[in-house]
Amino acid sequence: MERRLKGFLWMGLGISLLLALFLSPFASSSPDGLEKVAEDKGFAEKAEGFSLWKCSPFPDYAISWIENEKVSTALSGLVGTLAIFFIAMGVGKLLKRSTA
Amino acid sequence: MHIPDGFLSNGINAATFVVSAGVCAYGVTRVNRHLGEKEVPLMGVTAAFIFAAQMLNFPVAGGTSGHFLGAVFCSVLMGPWASLIIMTMVLIVQCLGFADGGLTALGSNIFNMGIVGALGGHGIFLILYQLSGKRRSGFFFALAVSSWLSIVMGASAAAVELAISGTSPLKVALPAMAGVHALIGLGEAIITTTAVSLILKTRPDLVQSYAQREGLYGKAA
Repeated sequence: MERRLKGFLWMGLGISLLLALFLSPFASSSPDGLEKVAEDKGFAEKAEGFSLWKCSPFPDYAISWIENEKVSTALSGLVGTLAIFFIAMGVGKLLKRSTA
Repeated sequence: MHIPDGFLSNGINAATFVVSAGVCAYGVTRVNRHLGEKEVPLMGVTAAFIFAAQMLNFPVAGGTSGHFLGAVFCSVLMGPWASLIIMTMVLIVQCLGFADGGLTALGSNIFNMGIVGALGGHGIFLILYQLSGKRRSGFFFALAVSSWLSIVMGASAAAVELAISGTSPLKVALPAMAGVHALIGLGEAIITTTAVSLILKTRPDLVQSYAQREGLYGKAA
């Protein structure tokens, strides 16, 4: 691969990991648009007590055994960002045209 | 606007799942035709950036927060079909890994943010860009408006799903969802135009929709 592109990609990945690690713990914890509408319009409770998938390793972007909330968010974000990077690379490899 | 389990009816969940799966399957064949060696790591980095940026909720008026979606950003960078696939992967990881968005609502979330957000947003971008005479200022105007609209349209689609599911009547849900997301969409437009302009400064060839105009990709691509 051409060197400048490589540098650009490393920079992009680095920026993403830095965002996840250092900015995500300071993100607003206010309800998002849909949550706010659900609260205001009285249907928020419909989401409670029911979930089809119960095996999320990091529910609500937290690691259960880390008490410090900021560290917990930062590390789960870091793991998630790395995971999606490798998943998307893998899917990209499968999807790319065979005659390149 | 990730819909959790419990908000939507089984009918809506099933219908949007079928539509989303079908469109994604078609998207896979489209991406398969065009994705080259160079785009594989770019796909990984774009998905990673979108995932990380989606964690960064910014406050908007009235004790509400919103976050970057990145659907139009990704479409302009990688083309609409790769964007749909990337948004879908991000949504699956968020759902299964982070309990962000319900598994029963996954089809709806892919529909709202992938099909409406990425494909719909890109369609609007293309129309506005064409109308602007493909000028540089027109590119950024089209980018800002289409990324803003991608949020408002995705939220409106969610409102329609909530209404059909009997969760909240359309005349209540639609103005509420569109209204708050009109504000969140401003953040989307600012982040999208800033991020794309930074990439254009360093690697204009990586921005497909702009590179095509500049002829950097050649006619065949």
